[in-house]
Amino acid sequence: MRRVLLASLFFAILVAAWHFIVRANIWSPVLLPSPQSVGEYLLGAARDGTLLQATIVTVRRLMIGYLIGIAIGLPLGLFTSAFKFMEDTVGVLALGLQTLPSVCWIPLALLWFGQTESAMLFVVIMGTVWSVVIATDTGVRNIPPIYARAARTMGSRGLHKWTKVILPASLPYLVSGMKQGWAFAWRSLMAAEIYVTILTGFGLGHLLHYGRELHAMDQVIGVMLVIVLIGLLTDKILFAPIERFLHRRWGTGLR
Amino acid sequence: MSLQEELIGPPPAKLIVDNVSKWFRTTRQTVHALDKVSLNIGEGEFVCLVGPSGCGKSTLLDIISGLEVPDEGRVMADNEPVLNPGRHRLVMFQESALFPWLDVTGNVMFGLKLKPGLRNKERLEVAKFFLQLVGLEKFSAAHVHELSGGMKQRVALARALAPNPRVLLMDEPFAALDALTREQLYSDIQRIWQKRRKTIVFVTHNVREAVCLADRVILFSRNPGRIREQFDIPLPRPRDINSIELAEHAGQITRALKGHADGEVAE
Repeated sequence: MRRVLLASLFFAILVAAWHFIVRANIWSPVLLPSPQSVGEYLLGAARDGTLLQATIVTVRRLMIGYLIGIAIGLPLGLFTSAFKFMEDTVGVLALGLQTLPSVCWIPLALLWFGQTESAMLFVVIMGTVWSVVIATDTGVRNIPPIYARAARTMGSRGLHKWTKVILPASLPYLVSGMKQGWAFAWRSLMAAEIYVTILTGFGLGHLLHYGRELHAMDQVIGVMLVIVLIGLLTDKILFAPIERFLHRRWGTGLR
Repeated sequence: MSLQEELIGPPPAKLIVDNVSKWFRTTRQTVHALDKVSLNIGEGEFVCLVGPSGCGKSTLLDIISGLEVPDEGRVMADNEPVLNPGRHRLVMFQESALFPWLDVTGNVMFGLKLKPGLRNKERLEVAKFFLQLVGLEKFSAAHVHELSGGMKQRVALARALAPNPRVLLMDEPFAALDALTREQLYSDIQRIWQKRRKTIVFVTHNVREAVCLADRVILFSRNPGRIREQFDIPLPRPRDINSIELAEHAGQITRALKGHADGEVAE
């Protein structure tokens, strides 16, 4: 309870500071709208359904792209950690492409797929796959060798070794890799939505883009807040329970 | 196989180490870890390998388990050459090597699940039996990190015993424990070994520990690793590590150990 109160106080102070900066009239309200006007925009957009609609479109794209990214990245990462040949080929490719900012995929995606949903997905997947590959590979390589030795003496080999020892042993790394993959997917999607102006679905990135076009600063800041909020919620709802489970099992994360 | 047979287990195995040599080559140097080591271990015998660190005793244990392959010579378990690790020769390591993603029962079940011909209900029974044997039945649902060092090694012992191996290989399993916990485990090991005869090869650098547990103590010297001397320990069981007779035997072996060490070139 005390933690909730302290956190609320912290954010109340932030909003108050914002309010007073606006009141001081340093910048034009066109550039820095007041918290009230942003709140009014959010309320209005929530009432007429644009916000919910855009959020659904965006989260759907994110989930599809992210899941495909993991479905490709996880096995690839296992392969690069298991086979020297894969490490020297796919591993190097993943390392290289991971350093490429995902927004750099957009021109290529636009030319290949046009202003379509596929272009959007392509960018998200490319943003996700490589970091998941690297994280999985690192995870498997960091397993204490004693686990593999113990498992071998008990007769575990082949598929059994991979599913019952290596995968669970690298779980803490896999989860942080998936978390990182999610962060990359989210960034790629926002970049894609701002640049790929398709008509099949109006996402949060588009709202942001049109906010800029229309010079509607309350919309820009309001949508940014929603994007931050989705990021926070995903962390708290999706990843925090998994991490708590891992901490309980491994006895880590204690203060 | 019935559950009853499963709990009694197969007869212990005979081990023959035949002229085994092993080198470890790195880019910087070559270490001659074992030099023509030959050793016969009888069925149900408790043998301790003792020697200074780097004398190859752990390497020999790895070779007997099948985790390492010798460069020369071979190891026979019941007249079959050892080529791979197998569940008839289970290993207990210095660190417990328990799996943190499984609870205590899950860890004890790990080797059991790889054993064909058992129903899962029977496996659970077996796991329960061995947790009782090491005195940890109350902790069957505990997570690994919640256990003390001594309890972890007890679980590791139960895990190694549960699939009923014919040979138990122990690589300094008590080295990281405090003296009191160790003494408790010495009496536990003796009690369990008398109940369920296994051929045990136990590596340690603690001479008293070796005398307390073994039928026979094998003394190694290093550079290269060789068997120097063997000592039969005819003391009655159960043995108390603090008894005077035991100390006398240990003193004799320690003197032999020191004698060899003095003869070596200082590192």
